[in-house]
Amino acid sequence: MAVRTRRLTGTGLSEKAARRLTITVLLAPAILVILLLFMGGLVTGFLRSLGYFPLIGLNDFNFDAYSIIFTDNGFIRSFILTFHIAFTSTLIASILAVASAMLLRPAFRGKRFVQFIFSLNLTIPHLVGAVGVLYLFSGSGLVSRLATGAGLIDSPAGFPAMVNDPWAIGIIIQYVWKEIPFIGVIVLAILLSVGEDYESVARSLGANRWQAFRNVTLPLIMPGVVSASVIVFAFTFGAFEIPWLLGSTFPKALPVLAFESYTDVDLAARPQAMAMAMVIAVMSSLMILAYMKVSRRYVRS
Amino acid sequence: MADTRIEPTAAGAGGVAPEDKERRFSWRITGRWVGITGLLAFLVAPIVPLFIWSISFRWFYPAILPTEYSARAWTEVITPHNDVLGVAWNTALIALVVTALSILLGVPAGRALGLYEFRGKRLVEWMILAPIIVPGLAVVLGIHVLFIRAGLSNSIPGVILVHLVPTLPYMTLVMSGVFANYDTDFELQARSLGASRWATQRLITLPAIFPGVVVGALFAFIISWSQYVLTLLIGGGQVQTLPLLLFGFVRSDPAIAGALSVVFILPAVIVLLLSSRYLSGDNAAVGGIGNI
Repeated sequence: MAVRTRRLTGTGLSEKAARRLTITVLLAPAILVILLLFMGGLVTGFLRSLGYFPLIGLNDFNFDAYSIIFTDNGFIRSFILTFHIAFTSTLIASILAVASAMLLRPAFRGKRFVQFIFSLNLTIPHLVGAVGVLYLFSGSGLVSRLATGAGLIDSPAGFPAMVNDPWAIGIIIQYVWKEIPFIGVIVLAILLSVGEDYESVARSLGANRWQAFRNVTLPLIMPGVVSASVIVFAFTFGAFEIPWLLGSTFPKALPVLAFESYTDVDLAARPQAMAMAMVIAVMSSLMILAYMKVSRRYVRS
Repeated sequence: MADTRIEPTAAGAGGVAPEDKERRFSWRITGRWVGITGLLAFLVAPIVPLFIWSISFRWFYPAILPTEYSARAWTEVITPHNDVLGVAWNTALIALVVTALSILLGVPAGRALGLYEFRGKRLVEWMILAPIIVPGLAVVLGIHVLFIRAGLSNSIPGVILVHLVPTLPYMTLVMSGVFANYDTDFELQARSLGASRWATQRLITLPAIFPGVVVGALFAFIISWSQYVLTLLIGGGQVQTLPLLLFGFVRSDPAIAGALSVVFILPAVIVLLLSSRYLSGDNAAVGGIGNI
């Protein structure tokens, strides 16, 4: 084995050293890029949030930016709104995605077509979906026109505010629309690889359909649902363009608030923008860690 | 097993044993089709007004369909003067380079994570996951500061680099899922039978991991293709891509926005058509994302 390894790696290194070298060489480029860009961006943002900006003569560290944003009522409202958007979208999308995957699991006529439409959605950019939701659900949108045609309302003003509204309904609709296929494709992949044997056994032992799903199928797909919904939560918590297009003017979603402070002509708002970015980073990480811990425990039991 | 049985009319093939609980059974079938129809309608609904707007000329409330149609928006989109196709090409080029770089960096990293156990592996996994968990906007402000200093802001290379932040983790994750189910003995056998290193990679490794590379590349391409805020900030208005162009027309000219949206969807659909057989559920790579 040692001889073969030596011959294959083409060096005189021991097997263990050669293995370590292989791993390092394979990982180094990706790690380097992530360290430089991601960690570099995060650390720079953090320093700037502490007011460290040597170029304009700010050389000391302080927490002014943090105390400003945390005492700002608008920021707190934005934070609550952003959490509401991420939590509600992820919850609804996860439930509907599991239901969709169960619907699409068995063989049926036209399954290939249905699956194509299902995964087609994965490739449609978020922004296009947002524009579509805007043209569907705005006051003069298609749904409002249909409601008028059906005699339900008689002017755009009679249509409930679903876009640029304080409850972020339009934003949530867009995220649910986009993320059902994302979570659904992952769940479907697991369902197909697990097969229906376990469920059949449970059924033959007297479990009803719901019990078989709840106690057999759900625990099997849960790890996949957790992983996918973590990605969705992180994305919806930090996404910018959807709330920028479909969100209300007050309160604004956190990413919108941070972006606007950053591009503000007043340079004094920059540390606050950076502080908001740090809050977004820390809070989304914390919530995701907590969620993973809780759901992992739930999955095991 | 009852789940897989379908009414003969629906399955077409027939040969399905008659179900003893006839009435309840057909309710289930009806429910399934209502569910599937509802799902499809919901998924397609937001795309419908975009198509209609793109060919509309007069479409005032409360008309359900346009009262007059026109090819104006499409003429504007296609005419070279407005350079929409140039911008589309620019966007595609950026996405292609980002995808290529993601493959180049992500496949080896995925191989290391999927095949080997080593000290500090958890740390490396968390580092690769971090850009997925931490929202892009939270890091791009800091990256912007760094890029201004490095002269990378307002440039296409800068935009390409910043797009790697969300794409590389996906590529690596997908590939680590693929390599976790990969047997290196085939490579060793090929080498011991005299195949060169390059021939082994090309004839043994590549075919085995290809479906995973396709799925990862598809994700990378689409993430870059639809990127908005990273391009806006790092490109500084100097790098024009389709999402930026589209955003500008959403409120001012729904017809143009509709046509641009269709242009925006098309390449992704083509990419999906080319790779759909790899996305069809039983591909281990898709499940790879579920392995966080």
